[in-house]
Amino acid sequence: MPWRKRTTTGQALSAAAIHGVLLAWCALALFPLYLVVINGAKSRRAIFNDPLKLPTSDTFSAKGYASVVGNSEFPLYFGNSLVVTSVSLLLILLLGAMAAHALSEYRFRGNTLLGLYLIVGIMVPIRLGTVALLELMVNLNLTNTLTALILVYTAQGLPVAIFIFTEFLRAVSREIKDSARIDGLSEYRIFFEVVIPLVRPVIATVAVFSMIPIWNDLWFPLILAPGQETRTVTLGVQQFIGQYTVDWGAVLAALSVAVLPVLVMYIIFSRHLIRGITAGAVKG
Amino acid sequence: MKTSRGRALDGAVPRKRIGTSRRWHIFVFLAPATVLYTVFAIYPIVETLRLSLLVEVDGSNVFAGLGNYARLLTEPFWAEQFANAFWNNCILFLLHMLVQNPIALMLAAILSIPSLRGAAVYRTVFFLPTLLSVVVVGFIWQLILSPLWGITPDAMKAIGLGSWFRPWLGLESSALITITLISIWQYVGIPLMLFYAALLNIPEETVEAARIDGLNGFWIFWKVKLPLILPTLGLVTILTYIGNFTVSFDLIYSVQGGLAGPNFSTDVMGTFLFRSFFGFQSQSGDTHMGATVASALFFIILIGVGTYLFGVQRRLLRHEG
Repeated sequence: MPWRKRTTTGQALSAAAIHGVLLAWCALALFPLYLVVINGAKSRRAIFNDPLKLPTSDTFSAKGYASVVGNSEFPLYFGNSLVVTSVSLLLILLLGAMAAHALSEYRFRGNTLLGLYLIVGIMVPIRLGTVALLELMVNLNLTNTLTALILVYTAQGLPVAIFIFTEFLRAVSREIKDSARIDGLSEYRIFFEVVIPLVRPVIATVAVFSMIPIWNDLWFPLILAPGQETRTVTLGVQQFIGQYTVDWGAVLAALSVAVLPVLVMYIIFSRHLIRGITAGAVKG
Repeated sequence: MKTSRGRALDGAVPRKRIGTSRRWHIFVFLAPATVLYTVFAIYPIVETLRLSLLVEVDGSNVFAGLGNYARLLTEPFWAEQFANAFWNNCILFLLHMLVQNPIALMLAAILSIPSLRGAAVYRTVFFLPTLLSVVVVGFIWQLILSPLWGITPDAMKAIGLGSWFRPWLGLESSALITITLISIWQYVGIPLMLFYAALLNIPEETVEAARIDGLNGFWIFWKVKLPLILPTLGLVTILTYIGNFTVSFDLIYSVQGGLAGPNFSTDVMGTFLFRSFFGFQSQSGDTHMGATVASALFFIILIGVGTYLFGVQRRLLRHEG
C-alpha cells in the first residue's frame, strides 16, 4: 500500500479520532454482553466481588449454566422458539416471494391495489388488532398453540417481505423468464427454477429482518400462548428471571443462553445483510 | 405485446377460456399470502375498530357509537392514564429523534468513509444489541444500574462522581429517560443501517465533484450527502414514530412490569393497552375499552403515517428532484 506513506500527520490524527469514536461505541455495545457472559460462569461471591473480572480457576462455577441446562423446561422453550421462528420464516419467504413474483410479473386487474393492500401492514402494526386476534384464536381453538403464533408472525412478516421482494423483482430483467417460457417451462417451474434463484441475494435480508422480531417477541407469546407447554425462549426467560432473582448465576446464564442462537444466525448472515439492504431494500 | 396481453386479461369475455387458464397460476401465487394476511392481520384490526364501537350489556354486544371514546377522553380513570401514556410516548419519540437518530447518523457517516479500515467489524458490533431480546437487554441494564450489584456506583466512584449515583430506574423523575436510553442503546442499529445503506448509495462522482469544488469532509457530508439522504431521514422518522407507540411495550413491560412503575411514570400506550384489555391486579380487563385504546392508537399512528406520506415524503421528493 504505497499511498499510505503519503498520509500526513493531520490525516493520521483524524483517523485516530475516528477510530476512537467507533471503538468507544463498540465498547458501549459489547460491555453489557461481556458482563453477562462472564458472570454467568462465576460463583455467587465472585459475581458480587469482582463483577468485571474474567472467571479464574478459583471463581469459576458452572452452577449457573447447569441450573439453566438442568432446568427441564429450557430445551422445551428452545424447541418452541425454533419451531415458531423457522416455520414462520419459511412461510414468509415462500408465500412472500410467490406473491411478489405474481405482482411484479403478471398484469391483471387490481394489481396495483392488491400490491398496496399487501404492504399496508408495514405501516399499521398487527399488534393493534390484538383484542380481536385473541377472540379469533379462541374461536379457532388455537390459544396456547404454536400454530397461533406461526399464523400471526407470518401475517406480520409478509408485508415487508412482499415489499422487498417486489422492489427487487421489478428491477430484474424479464428476458430470463421469457426465455424459460419459450423453453416450455410451466409458470410454476419458472417460479421455482428461475425466480427463486434470482431472489437469493435478498433472502438473507428478508430473513434477518423477519427473524429478529419473531424470536424476540414478548407480546404475542404473552397473550396468545402463555401456557407452560408453548412458551417461547423470550417469554420463558422473562418468567425464569422473575422466579430466580436471587440466583444471579442462573439468571445470567439464562440470559447468555437466550442470546446465543440469534448471535450465531447473525454471524452467518451479516455479510449478506448489508449487501441486501444496499441492493434494493431501501432504494424505493 | 405486453399491453395487448394485459388488455385481453382485463375483461374481454370471449377470451375467458384463455384468460382463466392463464390466470390460475396468478391466483395460486397470490392467494396464500393474501388469505393469511387478510385473516390474521387486516381482519383483526378492522374487527378491533368495530369492537371499539360496542359495549357489553348483559352478556351481549350493543352498539354504543363513540361512547367508549368519550369515556376514554373524559372519565378521569381512563383519561388520566391515556393522557399520561400518550405524553410519555411523545417524550420517548422526541428523545429517540434527538439522541438515537443523530448518533446513528454520525456513526453511519463515519462508517461510510471509503478508506475506513475495519468497517465490517464495526458494523457487525453496532448492530449486535439490536438482535437481543428486550427481555435480555432490560435485565442486563437493570443489573448494571442496580445499586445492589454496584457496577455503576463503583464505576462512578472511580471517576469521582460517586455522589451523583441514583437508582435511576426506580425514581419517578428519571425512570422514563433511563428506559429511553436503554432503548436507544439497543435500537440505534436500525437507523444506523438505513443511513449507512443510503450513504453507500450516493454515487462516488457526486462526492468527487464536491471535493474538486474545495469542500472538505464535514462540509461534503453536510451540504452534499445529507440532502441526498433526506428521504431516508423521513423513513427513519416514521419508523421511529411507529416503533415508539408499539414496540416500546416490550422493554417497559420487562423492566418495569405491566404497571409501568414507579407510579406509572414509564406508562406508554402499549402498556396502557395491555392493562386495559387484560386488566392488572385490582383493575379488571375490558375487551371494549381495550379495543378502544387500540383504535385510538390506530388513529394516532394513522395521523403520523398520513403526515409522512402526504407531507414530508412529497416535499422530500420535490426537494430531491
